[in-house]
Amino acid sequence: MSELSRLDNDQPLLVAEGLAKNYGQLAACRDVSFSLYPGEVLAIVGESGSGKSTLLQLLSAQLAPSAGCVSYRMRDGVLRDLADLGEAERRFLFRTDWGYVHQDPAQGLRMAVSAGANVGERLMAVGWNHYGRIRDTASTWLERVEIDVGRIDDAPKTYSGGMRQRLQIARNLVTEPRLVFMDEPTGGLDVSVQARLLDLMRNLVSELGLAAIIVTHDLAVARLLSHRVMVMKGGRVIETGLTDQVLDDPREPYTQLLVSSILPP
Amino acid sequence: MNAPTYNFAYLDEQTKRMIRRAILKAIAIPGYQVPFASREMPMPYGWGTGGVQVTAAILGPQDVLKVIDQGSDDTTNAISIRKFFGKTAGVETTTSTTDATVIQTRHRIPEAPLHAGQVLVYQVPIPEPLRFLEPRETETRRMHALAEYGLMHVKLYEDIARFGHIATAYAYPVKVNARYVMDPSPTPKFDNPKMDNCPALQLFGAGREKRIYAIPPYTTVVSLDFEDHPFTRYRFDAPCALCGAADSYLDEIVTDDKGGRMFVCSDTDFCEQRQAAGHHGALSAAPHKEKAHV
Repeated sequence: MSELSRLDNDQPLLVAEGLAKNYGQLAACRDVSFSLYPGEVLAIVGESGSGKSTLLQLLSAQLAPSAGCVSYRMRDGVLRDLADLGEAERRFLFRTDWGYVHQDPAQGLRMAVSAGANVGERLMAVGWNHYGRIRDTASTWLERVEIDVGRIDDAPKTYSGGMRQRLQIARNLVTEPRLVFMDEPTGGLDVSVQARLLDLMRNLVSELGLAAIIVTHDLAVARLLSHRVMVMKGGRVIETGLTDQVLDDPREPYTQLLVSSILPP
Repeated sequence: MNAPTYNFAYLDEQTKRMIRRAILKAIAIPGYQVPFASREMPMPYGWGTGGVQVTAAILGPQDVLKVIDQGSDDTTNAISIRKFFGKTAGVETTTSTTDATVIQTRHRIPEAPLHAGQVLVYQVPIPEPLRFLEPRETETRRMHALAEYGLMHVKLYEDIARFGHIATAYAYPVKVNARYVMDPSPTPKFDNPKMDNCPALQLFGAGREKRIYAIPPYTTVVSLDFEDHPFTRYRFDAPCALCGAADSYLDEIVTDDKGGRMFVCSDTDFCEQRQAAGHHGALSAAPHKEKAHV
């Protein structure tokens, strides 16, 4: 077991090679290549329209690339091209080994069914058939994301924005994924709620040894959560490196501009 | 008597062939919803246009037709559909479950056991069991194709979380032949076990939604449930007030405005047969009064 996991950690979990996406004349994303290792948190930063979200969709196989490929190391240790997976395999991957946290929780949650069922849905989808156990697991996860267990039977439409986002995280993590995609997870939340959410995410990521790819325009989020940063502009990755290195000593003029535009505390 | 201006059983032969092809496909893939080009029928949607088209496509001159609505042979819907085929196909009609070769039903499966050679045609309003949780048709089709049925359990989970038990009392989802999850039309879940391993062919027609699906004879039909909340039938805890049956599905009839109510078999044929055989309930003073002027 330990040998296997050591082997795993030495090999990349996700590999992108020469990824590009064109919308007609517009090149939303150009020649992106990188490797993500198990337990590593990568932040993709850049201004609106820089191709961050397109890249995230390419990486999570929700969008077919115009050129290039994305490979993922499956649980059996084999690196496979996502484009070669059948739809059933891809969807299975998406609801077991991956998580996807949307900026708008309404997209990632079923707003009309209870929080417990929202968290339990992935478990039921992989064949859990015992109500008591599903509910216990759901309660445990609500506790872990600091939601009052007394509200397990309330629908997320009665939840506040921050609670919804935490519920969305619980719903994604319940199947113990190895990779989580996050699209502006703190967008639209006020500062104190953001801080609490970031703190929670940082703990969960380190406890569970998750790999994560976080798209954000907020450099503070990148600094707090990520090990590595990729800066995008006009569909290209213009700078990449360790988070503190990129943020404290930016090389590219655009990155320098981004970093200097943060208001001093 | 065949009404001269109509083809046998109202529909033209090309339409019947189209519907028969859909039926054959449905039988070949138990529980799978086959799209078909549903026609306008001389009745409103919701009155059984799907069932009527299926019946019209399978009816032959030798068939004996029975039509029931909520178990009853004598409600408006049942009578008008029975008359419709009496007029357009000239087939013999009956109210007896055992004598019929084709039974068109709305919301019930007869109490009397069905036998081989019979066809039970269901009228279906909403054929998609996943519809209320997943509104996108493209998505539900994909879920059927990939057998992703976790969502169906989400519905049952919600029931237990809200009411303490699986409160879905009708249109209770079933898995057919260990593959497709199917909505058995709004029959009470009391009837679900009757679909399992049934000797008769069961056909489902949804006219507005343009879908036909089927359960071939002797097919496994399992009602979905949780290990710790198993499927249970539901029935009012009372004998039938007219025939005394303790094992039939009952209708509750309010008899006055002081809380008075009686429970009677919803299957009128079953109830009448029992009364004719000498069974009596608490309120069956004049059991055949209504029958006198048939």
